[in-house]
Amino acid sequence: MAGAITTHLSSEASKRPKHITEPALVRIVLITIALIFLALVVLLPLVSVFVEAFKKGFDVYRAAITDPDALSALRLTLLVAVIAVPLNTLFGISAAWAISKFRFRGKQFLITLIDLPFAVSPVISGLIYILMFGAQGFFGPWLDSHGIQLVFALPGIVLATVFVTVPFIARELIPLMQAQGVAEEEAAASLGAKGWQIFWRVTYPNIKWGLLYGIILCNARAMGEFGAVSVVSGHIRGQTNTLPLHIEILYNEYQFSASFAVASLLVMLAFVTLIVKSLMEWQMNKRASAQIV
Amino acid sequence: MLKGKWSISLLLVLVLILSACGANGGNQGTGAGAGESPAASTEASAAGEKPAEPVKLLNVSYDPTRELYEEYNKAFSTYWKNKTGQDVTISQSHGGSGKQARAVIDGLKADVVTLALGYDIDSLVEPGLLSADWQSKFEHNSSPYTSTIVFLVRKGNPKGIKVWNDLIKDGVEVITPNPQTSGGARWNYLAAWGYALKQNNNDEAKAQEFITQLFKHVPVLDTGARGATTTFVEKGIGDVLLAWENEAFLSIKELGPDQFEIVYPSVSILAEPPVAVVDKNAEANKSTEVAKAYLEYLYSDEGQEIAAKNYYRPINETIAAKYADTFKKLDLLTIDGDFGGWKAAQEKHFNAGGIFEKIYTPGS
Repeated sequence: MAGAITTHLSSEASKRPKHITEPALVRIVLITIALIFLALVVLLPLVSVFVEAFKKGFDVYRAAITDPDALSALRLTLLVAVIAVPLNTLFGISAAWAISKFRFRGKQFLITLIDLPFAVSPVISGLIYILMFGAQGFFGPWLDSHGIQLVFALPGIVLATVFVTVPFIARELIPLMQAQGVAEEEAAASLGAKGWQIFWRVTYPNIKWGLLYGIILCNARAMGEFGAVSVVSGHIRGQTNTLPLHIEILYNEYQFSASFAVASLLVMLAFVTLIVKSLMEWQMNKRASAQIV
Repeated sequence: MLKGKWSISLLLVLVLILSACGANGGNQGTGAGAGESPAASTEASAAGEKPAEPVKLLNVSYDPTRELYEEYNKAFSTYWKNKTGQDVTISQSHGGSGKQARAVIDGLKADVVTLALGYDIDSLVEPGLLSADWQSKFEHNSSPYTSTIVFLVRKGNPKGIKVWNDLIKDGVEVITPNPQTSGGARWNYLAAWGYALKQNNNDEAKAQEFITQLFKHVPVLDTGARGATTTFVEKGIGDVLLAWENEAFLSIKELGPDQFEIVYPSVSILAEPPVAVVDKNAEANKSTEVAKAYLEYLYSDEGQEIAAKNYYRPINETIAAKYADTFKKLDLLTIDGDFGGWKAAQEKHFNAGGIFEKIYTPGS
């Protein structure tokens, strides 16, 4: 998806011959609608987060985001994303590869399973882990006797996050890889390329934009997930509160500016992800055009 | 091929940076707790005392105690450090009382619970987390502070709400949380019930009629006390909030006396939020001794003073006398005297098939 957008942005779009472009009026109307809509629905709320965050001045803002509980929530959120995103990247690529390049029984079932986390409410996603690993759950007594704490601790939060974010990368790659078919890989194999060579030289260049986009979506959700994490977190301050949970706590404690300050932190994390993505796109485009020249 | 490798390595670098943040963070996190420990143990051994391992406590509490325990935890760790040389770090978790009890049953490793009412701690007995006689372990039914239910109304009391009967006047909207999930809401409900019984010479049918009417005036049921307060105070819904006295005082303190005022009903209920050591978890955490001291210190002058400052009624007479201006003397019903204890009240009113379920139909 991201790939499609980026390629259209590159030079040939603006060089289209006149007789097949839309009239100027249509273009202006379309662009205006898109801009107004984005301004109202996306930009305005984002700006208001920052306005609200700085309402009581920079000192309150700084105090809010350097509060030990806020820092601990930030660390936990990053740590969870760092574990969940690579796991889902690995799984997403394997699943998409298996589904698009091989034929096997139960393929449809596997696709349905991948979609499942989209279909169930995040609260359920959290509760299933309580039912399995909670003290009264199936594995609870065993875990307890071995001194292992899964729910209301980091492992439970990671599990719930991984569950919720499973579909993002796989779902991005499956249609892409299915559309590309196996012809190029077969050609590579017939020329004597080995498995990893085929992946790095043939498959990977074809899917990298989809993969990148999937990773970004996955990361955004992993850092922003509220419902499922809320159920398994236990809400211990400074220990098992992620950024979204910490924002809710501050809001409920009449610390409105502080809660928006922490919210702005979460927004900035999203910006960082987007900047990294743009940097990578820019680098790749530069290299690509360098190769053409 | 080159560019492929390049972008993957960039991704890897990103992941590494992030994980470094995470790892550093983790170290800092534990470091903050453990950082002071070497100094502490050398101090202790220099003084010839037993070396004190730093200890961590988790206090799982109900919704409105956030500010109370934030202050109390600091006071207790200073007290404990001076007394024993041991460092104690106390963590907090807050939520609706019933929900918090459920989390502890499901494995949240609380060393102590400080909940809104006895029934929620009773529910920890069956899973073997603490013994059935927990309420006799500390003075005063294990309730170091009490509170009551008051009306919070908008400034100037535009609807003229003074007594319980005013709540069921036409056009009055009442905000209270859901008695099935919130401890405070159960106190609200029982206070109303107790009032109606008194008004009607203990005629239960008439009391039920009053409660039915009352809940017809409730536009929204939040799950916890703090959620209900936010609905009333922030979202501006409703004419009167049935609130913990401490929650009502806090709203006025946080948002200004120019916006709200407290109305004391002629009859209310003595709310006793109890505390208990969760024996099983405390033993596993080797924190039984400090957990006990933590709850006992709530009864000390300093603990009582902190409770009073956070608008909980202290049980210590001397401290209570000091704050007599804040806490109005009221005619208060008691759960044991007027309702036959929490178990009976819970069964009769709030369990499946109880009166609340019969009288409350959402949206009616």
